[in-house]
Amino acid sequence: MNDRSIDAASRPAIERHFRLQWESVQNAHVLLYPEGMIKLNGSAGEILKRCNGRATIAQIIADLEDAYTTTGIASSVMAFLILAVEKRWLVMNP
Amino acid sequence: MAGDESVNSELVEAHFKPGPPLWLLLELTYRCPLHCAFCYNPTDFARSGPELTTEDWLRVLREARALGSVQLGLSGGEPLAREDLEVIVAEAHRLGFYINLITSGVGLNESRIRALKAAGLDHIQLSFQDSSRRMNDFLSSTRTFDLKFKAAALIKQYDFPMVLNVVLHRLNIDHVEEILGMADRLGAEYVELANTQYYGWAWRNRRQLMPSRQQVERAEDVMRRFRERAGRPMRIYFVVPDYFERRPKACMNGLGSIFIVITPDGTALPCHAARMLPGVEFPNVRSARMAQIWFESAGFNHFRGDDWMKEPCRSCPEKARDFGGCRCQAYLLTGDAANADPVCDLSPHHHLVKSAAAGAEESHAEEKPLIFRSISASLTP
Repeated sequence: MNDRSIDAASRPAIERHFRLQWESVQNAHVLLYPEGMIKLNGSAGEILKRCNGRATIAQIIADLEDAYTTTGIASSVMAFLILAVEKRWLVMNP
Repeated sequence: MAGDESVNSELVEAHFKPGPPLWLLLELTYRCPLHCAFCYNPTDFARSGPELTTEDWLRVLREARALGSVQLGLSGGEPLAREDLEVIVAEAHRLGFYINLITSGVGLNESRIRALKAAGLDHIQLSFQDSSRRMNDFLSSTRTFDLKFKAAALIKQYDFPMVLNVVLHRLNIDHVEEILGMADRLGAEYVELANTQYYGWAWRNRRQLMPSRQQVERAEDVMRRFRERAGRPMRIYFVVPDYFERRPKACMNGLGSIFIVITPDGTALPCHAARMLPGVEFPNVRSARMAQIWFESAGFNHFRGDDWMKEPCRSCPEKARDFGGCRCQAYLLTGDAANADPVCDLSPHHHLVKSAAAGAEESHAEEKPLIFRSISASLTP
Protein backbone atom coordinates (compact mmCIF):
# COMPACT_ATOMS: atom_id res chain seq x y z
CA MET A 1 0.00 0.00 0.00
CA ASN A 2 1.16 3.50 -0.72
CA ASP A 3 1.57 5.33 2.57
CA ARG A 4 1.68 8.71 0.83
CA SER A 5 -1.91 8.74 -0.40
CA ILE A 6 -4.35 9.66 2.32
CA ASP A 7 -8.10 9.20 2.27
CA ALA A 8 -10.91 8.45 4.71
CA ALA A 9 -10.07 4.74 4.69
CA SER A 10 -6.41 5.25 5.61
CA ARG A 11 -5.31 4.06 9.05
CA PRO A 12 -2.77 6.47 10.55
CA ALA A 13 -0.22 5.46 13.17
CA ILE A 14 2.51 7.32 15.05
CA GLU A 15 5.80 6.82 13.21
CA ARG A 16 7.86 4.27 15.14
CA HIS A 17 10.65 6.67 16.01
CA PHE A 18 8.25 9.09 17.66
CA ARG A 19 6.50 8.56 20.96
CA LEU A 20 3.24 10.25 21.91
CA GLN A 21 2.83 10.84 25.62
CA TRP A 22 0.66 12.84 28.02
CA GLU A 23 2.72 15.16 30.22
CA SER A 24 0.70 16.31 33.21
CA VAL A 25 3.21 19.00 34.25
CA GLN A 26 2.85 20.60 30.80
CA ASN A 27 -0.86 19.77 30.68
CA ALA A 28 -0.35 18.62 27.09
CA HIS A 29 0.40 15.71 24.83
CA VAL A 30 3.96 15.74 23.53
CA LEU A 31 5.75 13.94 20.71
CA LEU A 32 9.16 12.70 21.77
CA TYR A 33 11.97 11.83 19.37
CA PRO A 34 15.79 11.73 19.49
CA GLU A 35 16.90 14.78 21.47
CA GLY A 36 13.67 16.64 20.81
CA MET A 37 10.09 17.21 21.84
CA ILE A 38 7.05 18.80 20.23
CA LYS A 39 4.40 20.14 22.58
CA LEU A 40 1.00 19.62 20.96
CA ASN A 41 -2.03 21.83 21.34
CA GLY A 42 -5.28 20.28 22.54
CA SER A 43 -6.74 19.41 19.14
CA ALA A 44 -3.49 17.95 17.80
CA GLY A 45 -3.16 15.79 20.91
CA GLU A 46 -6.76 14.56 20.66
CA ILE A 47 -6.28 13.61 17.00
CA LEU A 48 -2.88 11.95 17.40
CA LYS A 49 -3.87 9.86 20.41
CA ARG A 50 -6.50 8.20 18.21
CA CYS A 51 -3.92 7.33 15.51
CA ASN A 52 -3.29 3.75 16.60
CA GLY A 53 -2.85 2.08 13.20
CA ARG A 54 -6.24 0.35 13.49
CA ALA A 55 -8.83 3.16 13.29
CA THR A 56 -9.49 4.68 9.87
CA ILE A 57 -9.52 8.43 9.39
CA ALA A 58 -13.31 8.27 8.96
CA GLN A 59 -13.61 6.49 12.31
CA ILE A 60 -11.27 8.97 14.01
CA ILE A 61 -13.32 11.91 12.74
CA ALA A 62 -16.56 10.26 13.86
CA ASP A 63 -15.09 9.54 17.26
CA LEU A 64 -13.91 13.15 17.69
CA GLU A 65 -17.30 14.52 16.59
CA ASP A 66 -18.94 12.19 19.07
CA ALA A 67 -16.56 13.07 21.93
CA TYR A 68 -16.93 16.82 21.42
CA THR A 69 -20.57 16.78 20.20
CA THR A 70 -19.70 18.70 17.09
CA THR A 71 -19.77 18.22 13.30
CA GLY A 72 -17.99 19.54 10.23
CA ILE A 73 -14.43 18.99 11.47
CA ALA A 74 -13.42 16.55 8.71
CA SER A 75 -11.50 19.02 6.56
CA SER A 76 -9.49 20.51 9.40
CA VAL A 77 -8.66 17.05 10.81
CA MET A 78 -7.56 15.94 7.34
CA ALA A 79 -5.41 19.06 6.92
CA PHE A 80 -3.68 18.32 10.22
CA LEU A 81 -3.13 14.66 9.30
CA ILE A 82 -1.51 15.65 6.00
CA LEU A 83 0.78 18.06 7.87
CA ALA A 84 1.63 15.32 10.40
CA VAL A 85 2.61 12.96 7.57
CA GLU A 86 4.76 15.67 5.98
CA LYS A 87 6.51 16.12 9.31
CA ARG A 88 6.91 12.32 9.52
CA TRP A 89 5.01 12.11 12.82
CA LEU A 90 2.53 9.74 11.19
CA VAL A 91 2.59 6.89 8.73
CA MET A 92 -0.45 5.45 6.97
CA ASN A 93 -1.54 1.80 7.00
CA PRO A 94 1.48 0.40 8.86
CA MET B 1 -10.11 33.83 53.92
CA ALA B 2 -10.59 33.53 50.19
CA GLY B 3 -9.43 37.13 49.92
CA ASP B 4 -6.16 36.28 51.67
CA GLU B 5 -5.52 33.45 49.26
CA SER B 6 -5.94 35.67 46.23
CA VAL B 7 -3.45 38.16 47.69
CA ASN B 8 -0.97 35.34 48.23
CA SER B 9 -1.30 34.00 44.72
CA GLU B 10 -0.76 37.51 43.35
CA LEU B 11 2.47 37.74 45.32
CA VAL B 12 3.63 34.40 43.98
CA GLU B 13 2.74 35.40 40.43
CA ALA B 14 4.79 38.57 40.74
CA HIS B 15 8.00 36.54 40.94
CA PHE B 16 9.71 35.06 37.91
CA LYS B 17 8.52 31.48 37.81
CA PRO B 18 10.58 29.16 35.62
CA GLY B 19 8.92 26.35 33.71
CA PRO B 20 9.88 22.71 34.22
CA PRO B 21 13.43 21.43 33.60
CA LEU B 22 12.32 19.58 30.47
CA TRP B 23 15.84 18.45 29.54
CA LEU B 24 17.80 16.47 32.11
CA LEU B 25 21.37 15.48 31.26
CA LEU B 26 23.19 13.06 33.53
CA GLU B 27 26.94 12.99 33.10
CA LEU B 28 27.28 9.60 34.74
CA THR B 29 31.08 9.51 34.78
CA TYR B 30 34.14 11.39 33.57
CA ARG B 31 35.82 8.06 32.78
CA CYS B 32 36.28 7.70 29.02
CA PRO B 33 38.41 5.45 26.83
CA LEU B 34 38.86 8.31 24.32
CA HIS B 35 41.16 11.31 24.61
CA CYS B 36 39.44 13.83 22.33
CA ALA B 37 41.23 17.14 22.04
CA PHE B 38 37.86 18.99 21.75
CA CYS B 39 36.09 17.37 24.71
CA TYR B 40 33.85 19.85 26.54
CA ASN B 41 34.45 18.20 29.94
CA PRO B 42 36.32 20.44 32.37
CA THR B 43 40.09 20.23 31.93
CA ASP B 44 40.46 19.51 35.66
CA PHE B 45 38.01 16.57 35.56
CA ALA B 46 40.57 14.28 37.21
CA ARG B 47 40.27 16.35 40.42
CA SER B 48 36.51 15.73 40.56
CA GLY B 49 35.11 14.02 43.67
CA PRO B 50 33.68 10.49 43.78
CA GLU B 51 30.89 9.53 41.36
CA LEU B 52 27.30 9.35 42.56
CA THR B 53 26.03 5.91 43.52
CA THR B 54 23.29 4.05 41.65
CA GLU B 55 20.80 5.00 44.38
CA ASP B 56 21.71 8.69 44.02
CA TRP B 57 21.07 8.61 40.27
CA LEU B 58 17.74 6.81 40.70
CA ARG B 59 16.61 9.41 43.24
CA VAL B 60 17.63 12.23 40.86
CA LEU B 61 15.54 10.58 38.13
CA ARG B 62 12.46 10.26 40.35
CA GLU B 63 12.67 13.83 41.63
CA ALA B 64 13.32 15.32 38.19
CA ARG B 65 10.48 13.39 36.58
CA ALA B 66 8.11 14.72 39.23
CA LEU B 67 9.18 18.25 38.22
CA GLY B 68 8.36 17.51 34.57
CA SER B 69 11.72 16.45 33.12
CA VAL B 70 11.00 14.25 30.12
CA GLN B 71 13.99 14.25 27.75
CA LEU B 72 16.85 12.40 29.42
CA GLY B 73 20.42 12.37 28.14
CA LEU B 74 22.87 9.82 29.54
CA SER B 75 26.35 11.03 28.83
CA GLY B 76 29.80 11.44 30.38
CA GLY B 77 32.67 10.75 29.78
CA GLU B 78 31.58 7.44 28.38
CA PRO B 79 28.30 6.36 30.04
CA LEU B 80 28.93 2.71 29.11
CA ALA B 81 31.79 2.81 31.64
CA ARG B 82 29.08 2.71 34.34
CA GLU B 83 28.14 -0.90 35.05
CA ASP B 84 24.76 0.21 36.39
CA LEU B 85 23.75 1.93 33.14
CA GLU B 86 21.05 -0.67 32.47
CA VAL B 87 19.59 -0.19 35.98
CA ILE B 88 19.46 3.58 35.45
CA VAL B 89 17.83 3.16 32.01
CA ALA B 90 15.23 0.75 33.39
CA GLU B 91 14.17 3.15 36.14
CA ALA B 92 14.09 6.09 33.72
CA HIS B 93 11.90 4.07 31.36
CA ARG B 94 9.55 3.09 34.16
CA LEU B 95 9.19 6.79 35.04
CA GLY B 96 8.30 7.76 31.44
CA PHE B 97 11.48 9.49 30.27
CA TYR B 98 12.51 9.49 26.61
CA ILE B 99 16.04 8.15 27.01
CA ASN B 100 18.98 9.20 24.81
CA LEU B 101 22.32 7.45 25.22
CA ILE B 102 25.20 9.65 24.11
CA THR B 103 28.18 7.38 23.49
CA SER B 104 31.47 6.87 21.71
CA GLY B 105 30.32 3.29 21.05
CA VAL B 106 33.34 1.92 22.88
CA GLY B 107 32.05 -0.87 25.11
CA LEU B 108 28.81 -1.38 23.18
CA ASN B 109 28.76 -5.13 22.58
CA GLU B 110 25.78 -7.30 21.71
CA SER B 111 24.93 -8.37 25.26
CA ARG B 112 24.88 -4.76 26.47
CA ILE B 113 22.78 -3.40 23.62
CA ARG B 114 20.31 -6.24 24.10
CA ALA B 115 20.07 -5.41 27.81
CA LEU B 116 19.67 -1.68 27.07
CA LYS B 117 16.87 -2.42 24.60
CA ALA B 118 15.11 -4.58 27.15
CA ALA B 119 15.53 -1.85 29.79
CA GLY B 120 13.71 0.64 27.54
CA LEU B 121 16.43 2.81 25.97
CA ASP B 122 14.89 4.90 23.17
CA HIS B 123 17.74 6.28 21.10
CA ILE B 124 21.51 6.19 20.67
CA GLN B 125 23.73 9.07 19.62
CA LEU B 126 27.02 7.66 18.33
CA SER B 127 30.03 9.92 17.93
CA PHE B 128 32.63 9.69 15.21
CA GLN B 129 35.63 11.98 15.12
CA ASP B 130 35.92 11.85 11.34
CA SER B 131 35.03 9.86 8.22
CA SER B 132 38.60 8.62 7.87
CA ARG B 133 40.24 6.03 10.11
CA ARG B 134 43.46 8.03 10.29
CA MET B 135 41.85 11.26 11.53
CA ASN B 136 39.24 9.53 13.73
CA ASP B 137 41.95 7.63 15.54
CA PHE B 138 44.32 10.61 15.69
CA LEU B 139 41.72 12.98 17.16
CA SER B 140 40.59 10.51 19.84
CA SER B 141 44.12 9.21 20.39
CA THR B 142 42.77 5.65 20.16
CA ARG B 143 42.17 2.93 17.57
CA THR B 144 38.39 3.02 17.64
CA PHE B 145 37.29 3.67 14.06
CA ASP B 146 36.41 0.05 13.19
CA LEU B 147 34.82 -0.40 16.60
CA LYS B 148 32.45 2.48 15.89
CA PHE B 149 31.32 0.83 12.66
CA LYS B 150 30.49 -2.30 14.63
CA ALA B 151 28.58 -0.19 17.17
CA ALA B 152 26.62 1.48 14.35
CA ALA B 153 25.67 -1.91 12.90
CA LEU B 154 24.46 -3.09 16.32
CA ILE B 155 22.39 0.07 16.79
CA LYS B 156 20.60 -0.58 13.48
CA GLN B 157 20.28 -4.32 14.16
CA TYR B 158 18.48 -3.53 17.43
CA ASP B 159 16.27 -0.99 15.67
CA PHE B 160 17.27 2.12 17.60
CA PRO B 161 17.00 5.47 15.86
CA MET B 162 20.56 6.71 15.47
CA VAL B 163 22.02 10.17 15.58
CA LEU B 164 25.52 10.20 14.23
CA ASN B 165 27.46 13.01 15.87
CA VAL B 166 30.66 14.56 14.57
CA VAL B 167 32.34 17.54 16.19
CA LEU B 168 33.71 19.77 13.42
CA HIS B 169 36.91 21.80 13.50
CA ARG B 170 39.88 22.78 11.39
CA LEU B 171 41.19 19.21 11.03
CA ASN B 172 38.01 17.51 9.77
CA ILE B 173 35.65 20.22 8.51
CA ASP B 174 36.85 19.69 4.93
CA HIS B 175 35.45 16.13 5.12
CA VAL B 176 31.78 17.07 5.59
CA GLU B 177 30.81 15.48 2.26
CA GLU B 178 32.45 12.18 3.27
CA ILE B 179 30.98 12.38 6.78
CA LEU B 180 27.46 12.81 5.40
CA GLY B 181 28.04 9.95 2.99
CA MET B 182 29.24 7.72 5.82
CA ALA B 183 26.20 8.59 7.96
CA ASP B 184 23.94 7.78 5.03
CA ARG B 185 25.59 4.39 4.45
CA LEU B 186 25.35 3.55 8.15
CA GLY B 187 21.61 4.26 8.10
CA ALA B 188 21.57 7.18 10.54
CA GLU B 189 18.21 8.92 10.92
CA TYR B 190 19.95 12.14 11.99
CA VAL B 191 23.43 13.59 11.62
CA GLU B 192 24.64 16.17 14.06
CA LEU B 193 27.42 18.32 12.64
CA ALA B 194 28.51 20.16 15.73
CA ASN B 195 31.00 22.91 15.15
CA THR B 196 33.37 22.99 18.08
CA GLN B 197 32.21 25.10 21.00
CA TYR B 198 35.25 26.44 22.77
CA TYR B 199 35.03 25.26 26.38
CA GLY B 200 37.03 22.70 28.35
CA TRP B 201 39.64 20.92 26.26
CA ALA B 202 38.51 22.68 23.10
CA TRP B 203 39.25 26.03 24.77
CA ARG B 204 42.74 24.81 25.57
CA ASN B 205 43.20 23.77 21.91
CA ARG B 206 41.29 26.65 20.38
CA ARG B 207 44.07 27.92 18.15
CA GLN B 208 44.66 24.50 16.61
CA LEU B 209 40.94 23.65 16.21
CA MET B 210 39.62 26.95 14.80
CA PRO B 211 38.75 26.58 11.11
CA SER B 212 39.14 29.37 8.60
CA ARG B 213 36.11 31.29 7.37
CA GLN B 214 36.64 29.73 3.95
CA GLN B 215 36.50 26.23 5.46
CA VAL B 216 33.28 27.07 7.32
CA GLU B 217 31.60 28.48 4.22
CA ARG B 218 32.62 25.49 2.11
CA ALA B 219 31.24 23.07 4.70
CA GLU B 220 27.93 24.94 4.92
CA ASP B 221 27.68 24.86 1.15
CA VAL B 222 28.26 21.08 1.04
CA MET B 223 25.62 20.61 3.71
CA ARG B 224 23.07 22.73 1.85
CA ARG B 225 23.59 20.76 -1.36
CA PHE B 226 23.34 17.46 0.51
CA ARG B 227 20.04 18.55 2.10
CA GLU B 228 18.62 19.45 -1.31
CA ARG B 229 19.39 16.12 -2.95
CA ALA B 230 18.99 13.75 0.01
CA GLY B 231 16.93 10.85 -1.29
CA ARG B 232 16.46 9.34 2.14
CA PRO B 233 14.94 11.04 5.16
CA MET B 234 18.17 11.79 6.99
CA ARG B 235 17.99 15.00 8.96
CA ILE B 236 20.95 17.23 9.67
CA TYR B 237 21.32 19.08 12.97
CA PHE B 238 23.86 21.83 12.57
CA VAL B 239 25.53 23.47 15.55
CA VAL B 240 26.69 26.81 14.19
CA PRO B 241 30.32 27.92 14.37
CA ASP B 242 29.45 30.93 16.48
CA TYR B 243 32.84 32.62 16.23
CA PHE B 244 31.90 33.36 12.62
CA GLU B 245 28.48 34.80 13.46
CA ARG B 246 27.35 38.34 14.30
CA ARG B 247 24.72 37.40 16.86
CA PRO B 248 25.19 34.96 19.75
CA LYS B 249 23.44 31.64 20.17
CA ALA B 250 20.43 31.56 22.52
CA CYS B 251 22.52 29.41 24.83
CA MET B 252 20.38 26.83 26.69
CA ASN B 253 17.37 29.00 25.80
CA GLY B 254 18.54 31.11 28.74
CA LEU B 255 20.24 29.56 31.76
CA GLY B 256 17.80 27.86 34.14
CA SER B 257 14.99 27.87 31.59
CA ILE B 258 14.66 24.25 30.36
CA PHE B 259 17.97 22.48 30.90
CA ILE B 260 19.75 20.95 33.89
CA VAL B 261 22.89 18.84 33.94
CA ILE B 262 24.15 16.74 36.84
CA THR B 263 27.90 16.12 36.81
CA PRO B 264 29.47 12.82 37.97
CA ASP B 265 30.03 14.17 41.49
CA GLY B 266 26.42 15.39 41.80
CA THR B 267 26.87 19.10 41.08
CA ALA B 268 23.81 20.54 39.35
CA LEU B 269 24.53 23.07 36.60
CA PRO B 270 22.35 25.13 34.23
CA CYS B 271 24.75 24.31 31.35
CA HIS B 272 27.56 21.83 30.70
CA ALA B 273 30.35 24.33 31.36
CA ALA B 274 28.81 26.59 34.02
CA ARG B 275 31.02 25.33 36.85
CA MET B 276 33.75 27.67 35.59
CA LEU B 277 31.64 30.77 36.34
CA PRO B 278 33.17 32.56 39.34
CA GLY B 279 31.12 33.86 42.23
CA VAL B 280 28.18 31.54 41.57
CA GLU B 281 27.65 28.61 43.90
CA PHE B 282 26.07 25.55 42.34
CA PRO B 283 24.10 23.05 44.43
CA ASN B 284 24.74 19.33 44.73
CA VAL B 285 22.14 16.57 44.56
CA ARG B 286 23.77 14.87 47.57
CA SER B 287 22.57 17.69 49.81
CA ALA B 288 19.56 19.23 48.02
CA ARG B 289 16.38 17.98 46.37
CA MET B 290 15.89 18.63 42.66
CA ALA B 291 12.94 20.97 43.34
CA GLN B 292 15.08 23.14 45.66
CA ILE B 293 17.89 23.09 43.13
CA TRP B 294 15.70 24.11 40.22
CA PHE B 295 13.45 26.68 41.85
CA GLU B 296 15.34 28.04 44.85
CA SER B 297 19.11 27.69 44.47
CA ALA B 298 21.23 30.77 43.90
CA GLY B 299 23.12 28.94 41.14
CA PHE B 300 19.99 28.42 39.05
CA ASN B 301 18.42 31.82 39.76
CA HIS B 302 21.54 33.87 39.14
CA PHE B 303 21.15 34.22 35.35
CA ARG B 304 17.35 33.95 35.11
CA GLY B 305 15.43 36.94 33.80
CA ASP B 306 17.52 39.96 32.80
CA ASP B 307 18.44 41.72 36.06
CA TRP B 308 21.99 40.40 35.75
CA MET B 309 22.53 41.92 32.29
CA LYS B 310 24.86 44.77 31.48
CA GLU B 311 24.77 47.07 28.50
CA PRO B 312 24.50 46.67 25.57
CA CYS B 313 22.24 43.67 26.41
CA ARG B 314 20.09 45.33 29.07
CA SER B 315 18.49 47.83 26.68
CA CYS B 316 18.74 45.63 23.59
CA PRO B 317 15.49 44.74 21.79
CA GLU B 318 16.98 41.35 20.89
CA LYS B 319 17.63 40.24 24.49
CA ALA B 320 14.44 38.19 24.56
CA ARG B 321 15.69 36.22 21.56
CA ASP B 322 19.28 35.36 22.52
CA PHE B 323 19.39 36.14 26.29
CA GLY B 324 22.74 37.85 25.76
CA GLY B 325 24.30 34.63 24.41
CA CYS B 326 26.58 32.33 26.35
CA ARG B 327 27.67 33.22 29.92
CA CYS B 328 30.68 30.91 29.80
CA GLN B 329 31.89 32.44 26.55
CA ALA B 330 31.45 35.93 27.99
CA TYR B 331 33.50 34.92 31.03
CA LEU B 332 36.24 33.09 29.11
CA LEU B 333 36.77 35.91 26.65
CA THR B 334 36.09 39.03 28.73
CA GLY B 335 36.59 37.91 32.34
CA ASP B 336 33.03 38.89 33.31
CA ALA B 337 30.14 36.43 32.91
CA ALA B 338 27.59 39.28 32.92
CA ASN B 339 29.00 40.88 29.78
CA ALA B 340 27.42 40.36 26.38
CA ASP B 341 28.66 37.24 24.63
CA PRO B 342 31.41 38.77 22.46
CA VAL B 343 30.14 36.81 19.45
CA CYS B 344 27.63 39.68 19.19
CA ASP B 345 28.94 42.48 17.01
CA LEU B 346 27.25 44.96 19.37
CA SER B 347 29.58 43.82 22.16
CA PRO B 348 32.52 46.13 22.88
CA HIS B 349 34.60 42.92 23.07
CA HIS B 350 33.60 41.58 19.64
CA HIS B 351 37.15 42.15 18.35
CA LEU B 352 38.31 39.26 20.61
CA VAL B 353 36.16 36.81 18.65
CA LYS B 354 37.10 38.35 15.33
CA SER B 355 40.81 38.14 16.03
CA ALA B 356 40.53 34.51 17.26
CA ALA B 357 38.69 33.57 14.06
CA ALA B 358 41.13 35.55 11.93
CA GLY B 359 44.06 33.76 13.61
CA ALA B 360 42.97 30.63 11.78
CA GLU B 361 43.79 32.27 8.45
CA GLU B 362 47.47 32.26 9.34
CA SER B 363 49.44 29.33 8.00
CA HIS B 364 51.29 28.57 11.23
CA ALA B 365 48.10 27.85 13.15
CA GLU B 366 48.91 24.17 13.58
CA GLU B 367 52.45 24.56 14.85
CA LYS B 368 51.53 24.03 18.49
CA PRO B 369 50.63 20.38 19.21
CA LEU B 370 47.13 19.42 20.38
CA ILE B 371 46.67 18.66 24.06
CA PHE B 372 44.67 15.44 24.28
CA ARG B 373 42.22 14.84 27.11
CA SER B 374 43.87 12.58 29.67
CA ILE B 375 44.14 12.19 33.42
CA SER B 376 47.75 13.34 33.45
CA ALA B 377 47.04 16.41 31.28
CA SER B 378 44.06 17.11 33.52
CA LEU B 379 46.33 17.31 36.55
CA THR B 380 48.77 19.66 34.79
CA PRO B 381 47.80 23.34 34.78
